[in-house]
Amino acid sequence: MGAVLVLAAVTLLAVAVLLVRDEPAGDREFVVMGAAEAVLLVQLVLGLVLLSGTEREMSGVLFVSYLVGVALALPIGAFWSLAERSRAGTAVLGVATFTVVALELRLWAIWGGAGA
Amino acid sequence: MRDLSAGPGRVLVFVYGVFAVAATGRSLVQLGTAADRAPVAYSLSLLAAVIYLVATTCLLLGGPRAWWIAVAAVSVELAGVALVGVLSYVVTDWFPDKTVWSHFGQGYAFLPLVLPFAGLAWLRATRPGSHPAAG
Repeated sequence: MGAVLVLAAVTLLAVAVLLVRDEPAGDREFVVMGAAEAVLLVQLVLGLVLLSGTEREMSGVLFVSYLVGVALALPIGAFWSLAERSRAGTAVLGVATFTVVALELRLWAIWGGAGA
Repeated sequence: MRDLSAGPGRVLVFVYGVFAVAATGRSLVQLGTAADRAPVAYSLSLLAAVIYLVATTCLLLGGPRAWWIAVAAVSVELAGVALVGVLSYVVTDWFPDKTVWSHFGQGYAFLPLVLPFAGLAWLRATRPGSHPAAG
C-alpha cells in the first residue's frame, strides 16, 4: 500500500512546516491524517482477507499484530497530541506518522517472509 | 515542579510508549515461537520491554517518587543498551536475531541509544524542587 507512505510523507512535511512556524495542527493536517488512517483501516481488512487466502511461508500472528499496530498509531498519537496544543503536541503527530512508516515497512517485510 | 508528561515530555512519553509496546510485543512473540533459538537475546528484549514500560508509566504518573523510579529505569536502560550493544559485537552467538538493544539499537534507527540520553536530560530539567523556565 504505497498510498500509506505517500500520505505519511505529506503529513511529515506538513508537521515539519508547523513545527518551524510554531503553529498548532489544524483541520488540513487532520484531514490528511484521516485519509491515511482510512487507508490503514482498508489495509487492515484487506490484509486479513489476503492472509486467510495465502499459502505463503510467513508468521500470521506477527503479520496481524503489525496490521493492527500500524492502524492504532495515528489515532493514539492524534489524541495524545490534542491534549496539548503546543509545539510538542505537533511533534507527537510527527513521531506517530514516523511510527506508521516504520511499521508499514516492517509489515511489507513480514509479508515477504521476514521473521520477528 | 513541572508535569513530567507536559511539553517535551509529551513527545518523550509517546516515543517511550511506542517502544514499550514494540519491545513487549516483539519479545513475547520471539519467546513464544522460538525461545530456544536465542534465549539470551530474547530475554534481554523482554527486560528492555519492561524497562520501557516502567519509564512510560512513571513519566505519565509524575510526582517525586515516579521521578526517582524513572531516573533508575532510564539509567538501567542506558547501561543495558551500552552493554548489550558491546556484547552483540563480541559474543555474536548470543544474538542471531536483531533485538531492541543489540548493535546499539541499529534495527531501530539507533533510537534506543538516543532515548536514554533524551530521557535523562528531560528528567534533569524536571528535577523535583527545580524551577525551570517555562517552555
